[in-house]
Amino acid sequence: MAVPLSYSIRSLLTRRLTTVLTAGGMALVVFVFAAVLMLAEGLEKTLVQTGSSDNLLILRKGATSEVDSAIELDRAAAIESLPGIAADDLGRPLLAKEVVVLITMDKKGGGSSNVTVRGIDRQSLALRPQVNIVRGRMPRFGVREMLVGQSLVRRFQGLDIGSTLSGTLEDWRVVGVMDAGNTAFNSEIWADAEQVMQSFRREAYSLVIFRLEEDAPLDEIATIVENDPRLILQAMIESNFYREQSEMMARFLRVLGITLTVIFSLGAVIGAMITMYSAVANRTGEIGTLRALGFRRRAILLSFLAESLFLGLAGGCAGLFFASFMQFITISTLNFQSFSELAFRFTLTPVILIQSLVFALVMGFIGGVLPAFRASRMQIVDALRTS
Amino acid sequence: MILWKMIFKNAFRHKLRTTLTVLAVAVAILAFGLLRTVISTWYAGVEASSATRLITRNSVSLIFSLPLSYYNKIRQADHVEMVSYGSWFGGIYISEENFFANFAVEAQTYLELHPEYVIPEDQRHDFLRDRRGFIAGRQLAERFGWEIGDIVTLQGTIYPGNWEFQLAAVYRGRDESVDENQFFFHWEYLNETLEETNPAMADQVGFYLVGVTDPDLAAQVAEEIDAMFENSPAATITETEESFVLGFISMTEAIIQVIRVVSFVVIAIILAVVANTMAMTTRERTGEYAVLKTLGYSGIQIMLLIMGEALVISLSGALLGIVLTYPAASGFRQALKAFFPTFSVQPGTILLDLGIGMLVGIAASLIPARQAVRIRIAEGLRRIG
Repeated sequence: MAVPLSYSIRSLLTRRLTTVLTAGGMALVVFVFAAVLMLAEGLEKTLVQTGSSDNLLILRKGATSEVDSAIELDRAAAIESLPGIAADDLGRPLLAKEVVVLITMDKKGGGSSNVTVRGIDRQSLALRPQVNIVRGRMPRFGVREMLVGQSLVRRFQGLDIGSTLSGTLEDWRVVGVMDAGNTAFNSEIWADAEQVMQSFRREAYSLVIFRLEEDAPLDEIATIVENDPRLILQAMIESNFYREQSEMMARFLRVLGITLTVIFSLGAVIGAMITMYSAVANRTGEIGTLRALGFRRRAILLSFLAESLFLGLAGGCAGLFFASFMQFITISTLNFQSFSELAFRFTLTPVILIQSLVFALVMGFIGGVLPAFRASRMQIVDALRTS
Repeated sequence: MILWKMIFKNAFRHKLRTTLTVLAVAVAILAFGLLRTVISTWYAGVEASSATRLITRNSVSLIFSLPLSYYNKIRQADHVEMVSYGSWFGGIYISEENFFANFAVEAQTYLELHPEYVIPEDQRHDFLRDRRGFIAGRQLAERFGWEIGDIVTLQGTIYPGNWEFQLAAVYRGRDESVDENQFFFHWEYLNETLEETNPAMADQVGFYLVGVTDPDLAAQVAEEIDAMFENSPAATITETEESFVLGFISMTEAIIQVIRVVSFVVIAIILAVVANTMAMTTRERTGEYAVLKTLGYSGIQIMLLIMGEALVISLSGALLGIVLTYPAASGFRQALKAFFPTFSVQPGTILLDLGIGMLVGIAASLIPARQAVRIRIAEGLRRIG
C-alpha cells in the first residue's frame, strides 16, 4: 500500500519557509530556462511569420542575406517571363523587384544600429498581406517618401510622421507608419525602389519576389532559375529563407540558455537535496511509525520522492507564472545573419511549457532520490528509538 | 574568542548539509564568474584596439563602399602617418557554421599598421609576394588544420564565385587580447578579378585604416578627413578604432543586458539555498539559543553567531567557486576559441565574487537571526527540534 499523497503535501506545508525557499530557488532556474527558450522561439517565430510559403524569393547565387544579393536589371527582367507567376484581380503579375540596403541610425537611448531600408515595387504590399498602414499613408512612387515600421518608431530617433532624415538622406520624409505584427517588416523602412536606387547609387535590385500560382511547378521553376548560366541566381520559398535567417542566432540563444540553466540547476538541486535530507532526518520517528504500521520500504521511498517532486512542480509553476509575464516584453537587437536590427517578443508555447515543467520535475527528482533512499533503508527499531 | 570557535564548530556540525550548501554556493559563484567573463570578453576588442588608428567608412552604413580615389587624399591630410584599406569579404569556408572574419586588405600597409600581428620574417615576405596568398591567425589555422602552402577555397557571398587562396603566413598575437581568428588576403587580387567579372564593384574599398602620428591628434585628424568628403557622393565617418568597435558592440547590447540580468538571477538562487540552510539550522537550535540567553549572551551576540556561521559557509563556497573559475574558464576557452579570441578572468570579477559571497551570507542570515533573537527564553527551552 502507498503512503497517501496528502502526507507528502502536508509535510511540505508544515515547514513553509523552507518549502518556499527551496521551491523559490527552483522557480528562478525554471524562469531563466523558460525565458531563454521563449526568446529563441520569439526570434524564430518573428522571422518565420515574415515570410509566406506562397511567395518565391530569388536572390543572387551564394548570397546569404538580401543585402548581400544583387540582381542586374536585365536579369530581373528575365525573371518576369518565368512560368507559375500568379496575377492579381486586374491581371497584373504579383511580382516585385526590390532593393534592400542598410543604413546606420541613432537609437533613442543612445548608440546606433543598422536599419533595413527596402526599396519596394508596386506589388510589394500585395505580396505581404501582414503589413498594415496604421498612421499616415503609403509612400508615393517617384517621390522620396518613407513608410516606417512600428518597432523602429519606438526605438529610433526622428522617425515620426513628417520628419526628414539627416545626412546623406536629407530629403527623405516619413509619411506613414506600418504595423506588420510580429514580423521583420516591423523593423524596416519602405520606400520606392527607384528612389532608393538613385539615392544610394545602386544599379541593381537585391531580390525579385513573386506569388506562386496554385499548383505551380515549383521544382521546374527552381531548375530554370538555377541552371540558367546567364542568371546565376537561386530561388527559395520566402518562408524558408526567413527561417534560415533566424537559425544562427536562435541556436546561439538556445545553447547559451541551456548551458546556463544546467549549471544553475545544480544549485537548485543541491538546495532540494538539503531540504529533503533534513526532512528525512527530522522525521525519523515518523518513518519508523509508518514502517511499524506496515508500509513497505518502497512506499516510504515513493512518498519522499513525491514530496520532492511536488517541490519541483511548485517551483516549476511559480517560474512559469513569472516567465509568462515576459511575453509583454519586446527585445530589439542586431540579428547576426541579416546584420540589421530586429525586434522580437518573448513567446511562450505549449512545448516550452511542458519542457519547463519536465525540467522542474527532473530537478525535484534528482534532489530527492538520495534522501528518499536513505529514508527507505532505515531499520524500524532504530528509527523508532531515535525519536 | 569563544564566539569565533562556536561559529566554526556550529558551521561544520551538520557535515552533509554544510558540504552541500558550500557546493551550491561554489557552483553559483562559478557560474557568475563565467558570465561576467563572457561579458568582459565581449568588450575584449575594445581593449585590443589601438589609439593611433582611425577607421574611415561610408557614412550611410557599413555595407556601402568608398572609392579608391580617396586613398591619395587621405594620405595627404596632416598628421597622417600611413593609410591602408580593405573590404569585408564575407566568404564562407565549406559551410556557414565555420564562420570566421575574412578581409581583403592592402597587405603591406595593413600589416605595418598592425604591429600586434607577429609574423615570421620569411612568411611575411612570402605573403607579400604571393598575389593569391593569405595570412591566417594561429588559432584559425589550428582550427582547420591548415599548413603553410595549403589551398583554401572560400565561397563568396558578396562577391560571387569560388575564390582560391594559398596559406602563405600565420600570425600570432603580440599579447592575449589580439584576435587570432582572422583571415586576410590581397585586396589587389579581389580587385583584379572584379575588374574582369564585375567592373561596377571594382576600385571600391569598404574602409580606410588611418595611422596617425600622435594619438592626441586623432580626433582632429578624423574631423579633417570627414570635412574633405562632406560634399562628395560618398560622405565619410571617421572614428578611432575603439569607438568603432564600441559602436559594433552596442548593436548587440540587448544580448549583453540579458546575460547581465541572468548573472544576478544565479545569485538570487543561491541566496534562497543558503537562507534555507540557515533557517533549518536555527530552527533546530532554538533550544540552544535559549540556553545561551540564559547564560547571559545578548541578542546581538546570538545574531553575530548566526550571521558568522552563514558567512563561514558562503565565503567557503565563494572561495571554492573562485578557485574553480580558473580551470573552468580555460576549458571554456578551449571549447569556444572560435568565437572568443580571449577568455581570461578579470581581477574585478574575483572581487565581485567575494563581495557577493559576503552579501549572500549576511542576507541569508537576517530572517533566521531575527527569529532567534526575538524568541523568549522559556518558549525556546520548551520547544524541541
